[in-house]
Amino acid sequence: MKRVVLPVVVGAMLGMTATAANADTLDDIKAKGHVQCGVSQGLPGFSNPDSSGNWTGLDVDVCRGVAAAVFGDPEAVKFSPLSAKERFTALSSGEVDILSRNTTWTMGRDTALGLNFAGVNYYDGQGFMVRKSLGVSSALELSGASVCTNTGTTTELNVSDYFRTNNMDLELVQFEKADEVVAAYDSGRCDVYTTDASGLYAQRLKLEDATKHVVLPEIISKEPLGPVVRQGDDNWFNIVKWVHFAMVNAEEMGITSANVEEMKGSGNPAIRRFLGVEGSFGEKLGLNNDWAANIIASVGNYAESFERNVGPATPLKIERGVNALWSAGGLQYAPPIR
Amino acid sequence: MAAQEHMASADGPPKVSLFNDPKIRGLFYQVLLIVTVVWIGYSITMNAATNLAKQGLANGWKFLGESAGFPVTQSLIEYSAASSYQEALVVGFLNTVLVGVFGIFIATIVGFTVGIARLSKNWVVAKMATVYVEILRNIPLLLQIFFWYFAVLRALPSPKNSIEFGAGVFMNNRGLIMPKPIWEDGAGMIGIAAIIGFIFAIGFSIWAKKQQAETGKQYPSFSIGVLAFIGLPILAAAATNFPFTFDMPALKGFNFKGGMKVVPEFVALLFALSIYTASFIAEIVRAGILAVDHGQTEAANALGLQRGPILRLIIIPQAMRVIIPPLTSQYLNLFKNSTLAVAIAYPDLVSVGGTILNQTGQAIEIIGLWMAIYLTVSILTSMFMNWYNSHIAMSER
Repeated sequence: MKRVVLPVVVGAMLGMTATAANADTLDDIKAKGHVQCGVSQGLPGFSNPDSSGNWTGLDVDVCRGVAAAVFGDPEAVKFSPLSAKERFTALSSGEVDILSRNTTWTMGRDTALGLNFAGVNYYDGQGFMVRKSLGVSSALELSGASVCTNTGTTTELNVSDYFRTNNMDLELVQFEKADEVVAAYDSGRCDVYTTDASGLYAQRLKLEDATKHVVLPEIISKEPLGPVVRQGDDNWFNIVKWVHFAMVNAEEMGITSANVEEMKGSGNPAIRRFLGVEGSFGEKLGLNNDWAANIIASVGNYAESFERNVGPATPLKIERGVNALWSAGGLQYAPPIR
Repeated sequence: MAAQEHMASADGPPKVSLFNDPKIRGLFYQVLLIVTVVWIGYSITMNAATNLAKQGLANGWKFLGESAGFPVTQSLIEYSAASSYQEALVVGFLNTVLVGVFGIFIATIVGFTVGIARLSKNWVVAKMATVYVEILRNIPLLLQIFFWYFAVLRALPSPKNSIEFGAGVFMNNRGLIMPKPIWEDGAGMIGIAAIIGFIFAIGFSIWAKKQQAETGKQYPSFSIGVLAFIGLPILAAAATNFPFTFDMPALKGFNFKGGMKVVPEFVALLFALSIYTASFIAEIVRAGILAVDHGQTEAANALGLQRGPILRLIIIPQAMRVIIPPLTSQYLNLFKNSTLAVAIAYPDLVSVGGTILNQTGQAIEIIGLWMAIYLTVSILTSMFMNWYNSHIAMSER
């Protein structure tokens, strides 16, 4: 009867895997000792591996922040590079715990895919890049142009809507991966390269001569990019949401990776609560009370992360713009910790 | 045990316990296998459905009727961004079929030519064919597709510096642009004439074959057929005073407007697929020809037939029996390999479906649809090829 046993065991195993993804995410992560983070396949400034395989970027910092909050160690995170097409399936199947992959928060995704968007770590918008030699100064002059983009994003819908609204003709050439879009655009297949403006700045670095290309001023869509988690685990959702808020709050309160230890002696009750000197806000998330202090000590506040990854001093040269704090005229605003 | 067996053999045929009866035992395992397989399949399906429901993912086919919202560069039917997802999928499917059918056609012709050339007595021709086969079948297809796409794109000029062939035909890095015929009243006559010409050509070739079988007299049925198929529509066009005009392409802004266009993605994919598959077909053809006994050639020589007719009438028909089964696999490979289109932005079924998958999040439905369509087309192809194979198989008497 040995031969009968095997299929039954295999069948039972298949039956059991269904429940694995639904357990408490925080417990799962503590048990396996790391956070599994879904990132892009390489987008400089947001999530990009360097020559020795270390991931850096604004989106990567969110994951490192979560790892720092849970384990006190920003290195306790493993990265899964995902294509635009794979990302939601990878998250909902439990293959990754957080999706931090320049993903636009839209109503459709928020409601139909069983996901929750845990805040906005970068306010983006779709833009156009053209060759300077075309002499185009506005996106409204692009009628009849060939436009390259990559599939599996909201990009093709936005550009198609924009051209339809303005009664312009469009030839849309959709590639699977960003690298092929860059190659095709560089070889003259298209007049225009469209994707999120942050992506345009990043991809421009890969062109033969980046100085010969210009990003047009029009931003044709709202692309609030942020980390995503599965629906149905509210505590995990709270943790990811508050990691981002902690980084923004830290910037507002002037807490940086350099002065975080010294700030623990501050008399300001808001700062004392934030750093876990007073109150027990970490415990309510299921974490230690120094959760926020750990984030700031290892990853830094939002401003530090921004400047390090995409800011004017980096090759991307992106200004803070709408991503400045609300107090500086931008949109980054975090609820208070109290 | 020994006593029991002894008793059983005493009353006539040996009675074995049910457990040891090989027939019942075999049946039991077969039933068990089927039950297990069905049960595993059932539990996987139920799991998927339960998990989807748990994750709050809507399933079903309702999304197909919603507006797609994205344009497609190449469409054989009327399609715009306002069309539905369903229409977008049809566009993608037709693009897949288009590249598949043309690819199989070209691969067959090139493959047969190269396969025969490898056996040529002319040293240069044979070696060239060998080099072709060995280079093309040993480089991964995806690399070849990239090579043709990016190599061709870089070599072609921008729309403003297009290569002009005259008569409104242009080539640039946006594709091959040609005048588009616009049919007017009475143009239907041309189509009818073409159909009549086609029917006549088939009828004539059947008649000519019968005549040859009965009297031995030969007719140039192929040339007459082609003449009828092409000549009749021309006559019809002349008789109805050419009821069509041409929409001439003209450079306007970034691109040419008007006319019709063959996009470079299609050309690169078609080219790469057909010459890659042709290298395999060439080897199959060579093997098929070598499988025909040399005595057949000698016998045909003895009858005084020339080299061309020997190949066409004696060798190839017999070689086909060896060629067809592996050739079917190559056709199926070509069709399935066309999914690599997604890498170079050719809007095939997988590319269009991928966009829809991302916009709607209906992964299971889209992937199921992909698999069902490729499976159906592949099975139909192999059914046809099996039918053709049994049709030409040696009928032994």
